[in-house]
Amino acid sequence: MSFLTNLINGISLGSVYAIIALGYTMVYGIAKMLNFAHGDVIMVGAYISFCATQYWHMPAWVSVIVAMAVCTVLGIVIEKLAYKPLRNATSLAVLITAIGVSYLLQNLALLIWSSNTKNFVSIVNFGNLSLFGGKLIISDVAIVTVLCCVVIMLLLTWFTSKTKMGRAMRAVSEDKGAAQLMGVNVNQTISITFAIGSALAAVAGVLLCSTSPVLMPTTGAMPGIKAFTAAVFGGIGSIPGALLGGILLGIIETFGKSYISTELGDAIVFAILIVILLVKPTGLLGKKVNEKV
Amino acid sequence: MSEKKRTNMVPFPSDAIIPERDLGTRPVLDARHLGVEFGGLKAVDDFNMIIGRTEIAGLIGPNGAGKTTIFNLITKVYQPTTGTILIDGKDTANMNTIQVNKAGIARTFQNIRLFDKMSVEDNVKIGLHNGLGYSAATGILRLPNYWRKEKLMHEKALELLSIFDMQDMADATAGSLPYGAQRRLEIVRALATSPKLLLLDEPAAGMNPHETEELMENIIKIRDTFQIAIMLIEHDMNLVMGICEGIAVLNYGSIIAKGTPEQIQSNPLVIEAYLGKQKEAKA
Repeated sequence: MSFLTNLINGISLGSVYAIIALGYTMVYGIAKMLNFAHGDVIMVGAYISFCATQYWHMPAWVSVIVAMAVCTVLGIVIEKLAYKPLRNATSLAVLITAIGVSYLLQNLALLIWSSNTKNFVSIVNFGNLSLFGGKLIISDVAIVTVLCCVVIMLLLTWFTSKTKMGRAMRAVSEDKGAAQLMGVNVNQTISITFAIGSALAAVAGVLLCSTSPVLMPTTGAMPGIKAFTAAVFGGIGSIPGALLGGILLGIIETFGKSYISTELGDAIVFAILIVILLVKPTGLLGKKVNEKV
Repeated sequence: MSEKKRTNMVPFPSDAIIPERDLGTRPVLDARHLGVEFGGLKAVDDFNMIIGRTEIAGLIGPNGAGKTTIFNLITKVYQPTTGTILIDGKDTANMNTIQVNKAGIARTFQNIRLFDKMSVEDNVKIGLHNGLGYSAATGILRLPNYWRKEKLMHEKALELLSIFDMQDMADATAGSLPYGAQRRLEIVRALATSPKLLLLDEPAAGMNPHETEELMENIIKIRDTFQIAIMLIEHDMNLVMGICEGIAVLNYGSIIAKGTPEQIQSNPLVIEAYLGKQKEAKA
């Protein structure tokens, strides 16, 4: 049974990575930049939800909506202030700025919420699911996490393939210049991409802290980097790739920690990233980009 | 092309000429003293051109003469260093690419720039967005407006594709289409933005004589159906001389000749630009 338990925990953890990875992958696909501040938006989302339930006594589901709203605004503001002025700058400049924004968010959180760890209270409380006479226990958070991931994936797939905004996103991701000449508002499209990615980050933050209830200003950093690994693993820029990469990474990490070594769990995850980049640089579902000559 | 397509070109207002039938209406494009410099190099200098509302105009010239640069100036991919561009009477000085598109300019590209991974229909729908839009919120919440507008867009996209008999390919991926079909799809996508002036950058490049013949008929058909002006860059002289009413010849960034196909064909400056200077016959 421990195999099944690990598998379920892995899928659950992987679902969180997948939701975060979606933010990385969408922003990369459309704005062609790595938003390393994405992980810290997760942390902000978790803090907002924490404050909403603990200090302002809101119901759990309302706190999630508040967190999503705040993160959406935060994502749009970050893009407008930090990244938009660098639209035509070198990718290195944008990357450094993203790291800067990441530290800014962490230190702002330190200032507002102090370095004391907060004990996040899970927002899901309907009780664990016990199967096979108690031999296999699936936590309520795990169920909700996986469900959320599935729903988000379905909605996002529908959104990008069937709506005007989604089509504009795909067009911008393929050829910004041509899209602009067809009247597509590129800035607005990038803004909306950041908004969606950040709203998802808030959901991921709440789910992450519901599973492991330690909340501090650096909470988002490690999951952020792992989700980035997941996005690269699956093929950055691809939405199904983010899902596949996230889930696989979650399973690998959980199995690595329980069967090989708890301490080496993270090392295994990143070793896999290196191997994937060596063997298939475009990721599992990534397409080969043919440079025009 | 048949003679009945030939129109009388009349002076407007000074050195410009437009078809007689467009005289009473405002010209769709009025470019005056247009110029652009790249680091001191004048890529285009003192370019003047007026295009009538339903005119098919040609822009020709040797490679590197600055023809595509003119298109990039009109669509604001580059900002002109000097001069003004009026689109349907509106000054575009402070407009960006998107606003110029909304003002009525659509274009195709010398090297095809379709959204390769998207379906043929979605490529056309991108062009339809501004005309048949709905807000992002409507899309996310799937308000009734969403279904209505999407249905309308679907019908409109198929209707536009049917110009080139491409409605059966609507679900194919744009990148998988044969070359000629990709060129046609680019024209359909541009038409979807309901332009007043359609800019075609070497539409016949890579086409065989039969396809070119078909394209010529289609360009005239588009002009007649949509009552729009078309400006094209082309090296295929059969096409240019066959369907263009007014032609401007560009060399080293400046206009060296303007006129009807007949006038251009007999212009010594044009012949010189294309074939080099004729040696003086020694007496």
